[in-house]
Amino acid sequence: MSERKIRILVAKPGLDGHDRGAKVVARMLRDAGFEVIYTGIRQTPQMIAEAALQEDVDVVGLSILSGAHMTLCPKVVELLRAQGQDSVLVVVGGIIPDDDVEKLKAAGVDGVFGPGASSEAYVEFIQNHVQVTV
Amino acid sequence: MSGRALKKHTSVALFAEGVLNGDRLMLSRAISHVENQETNASALLTALYPYAGKAHIIGVTGAPGTGKSTLVTALALSYRMAGMTVGIVAIDPTSPFTGGALLGDRVRMRTLAGDTGVFVRSMATRGSLGGLSKTTGDVVTVLDAAGFDCIIVETVGVGQAEVEIASTAHTTLVVEAPGLGDEVQAIKAGILEIADILVVNKADRPGMDRTLRALEMMLDIEGNGARYVRHHGQLLRVESPAESEDEETRWKVTVMKTVATDGTGIEDLRQRIDAHRHWLRESGEMAMREQLRIANTLENIIRAELNRRIAASIPAGGLEKMVEKIRRRESDPYAAAAVLLSGV
Repeated sequence: MSERKIRILVAKPGLDGHDRGAKVVARMLRDAGFEVIYTGIRQTPQMIAEAALQEDVDVVGLSILSGAHMTLCPKVVELLRAQGQDSVLVVVGGIIPDDDVEKLKAAGVDGVFGPGASSEAYVEFIQNHVQVTV
Repeated sequence: MSGRALKKHTSVALFAEGVLNGDRLMLSRAISHVENQETNASALLTALYPYAGKAHIIGVTGAPGTGKSTLVTALALSYRMAGMTVGIVAIDPTSPFTGGALLGDRVRMRTLAGDTGVFVRSMATRGSLGGLSKTTGDVVTVLDAAGFDCIIVETVGVGQAEVEIASTAHTTLVVEAPGLGDEVQAIKAGILEIADILVVNKADRPGMDRTLRALEMMLDIEGNGARYVRHHGQLLRVESPAESEDEETRWKVTVMKTVATDGTGIEDLRQRIDAHRHWLRESGEMAMREQLRIANTLENIIRAELNRRIAASIPAGGLEKMVEKIRRRESDPYAAAAVLLSGV
């Protein structure tokens, strides 16, 4: 009688303080029935990886509007994998130029969502990609 | 993703070994295992139980907006300064409509990041009332076995009757803040009665004196020294052992003033918690509370197992059929319940 729920960490790495988008996404994910752990702004990749570990999340969602995604996202992926969190899905939302999307994916990011991505797109992506151990 | 390894299915022995050896990833997964009530969760708890029982468990409860998360953070820092390790369980509500939850306590806890002597876990209530989730006690047991010196449990922002925490914690803090209600709020039954220590946080705010006066008056009316514990589904008034005897051996609930954002009063609060811990041991109250706590745990386990057996013994659709029958007035809820339970 397992009562498993998909757990998602929503974090804002880097120095931009624009957290409206992250909060909207966090609420949307909550309303889709997920357990969302919201950590707030100005998180370092180390803080994010450590929080993901303590919370045993299935997904890490990063919101970045500063343009620093090519530095921050691969670092988060690298730290997660170094800790042995191999199955954690990493998704990025924010302002990501098209050219960078493939580069991020090559660096281990699983999904990238730009402005205007529908809530259904997020939810479907997560439901399709999170592997639930039985 | 294709090719990505599945979270490995880990055996109970490996989990237990990881938890006891300070492997944080294993600890985290063990907590999930217990929280999700996986089939071998009780075997895991059986393996860990002998190692638990050393930590001091502190409950922090109070209305939303009184600054519980910030206070917990400040207290944790204070314990760390004193060289103790801290486990934190922070609980937020699950939406009864969508089953989702937004767990936001970590936002206030960023100063604890990067310290391996602290482990913070957010939990959703998952349908439980009372301020805790069903498995909070079990998660505390896992953290206790992992060797944390002190475990702080922060309840959801509760209203007036969510007193479950008192049967989980050794020392219960009830947090208030100025300007949240008049004196009548303070003398209502419920949450204030479970306090071992009352904390008025945000003590730099206007209205401080009134809040303080109201709480101190309430303590005078209540008769300091008794407390209430949930037992067999109801609250029992437990007199302190020495109430009729010497004034000095009684625990006196005091009101502590703090400003968690700048650390004011936190050292004093920690010392007061230590004093309570000391008193619990000296007075024999600890044994009594442990007994109640264990009785509670045992009762919950039995109840959960009974519920499972009952649910398993009722054939699929049986409940709906019975409801329909009652609606047509061919049966009544009392007779129907007896019929459904006859197979258990």
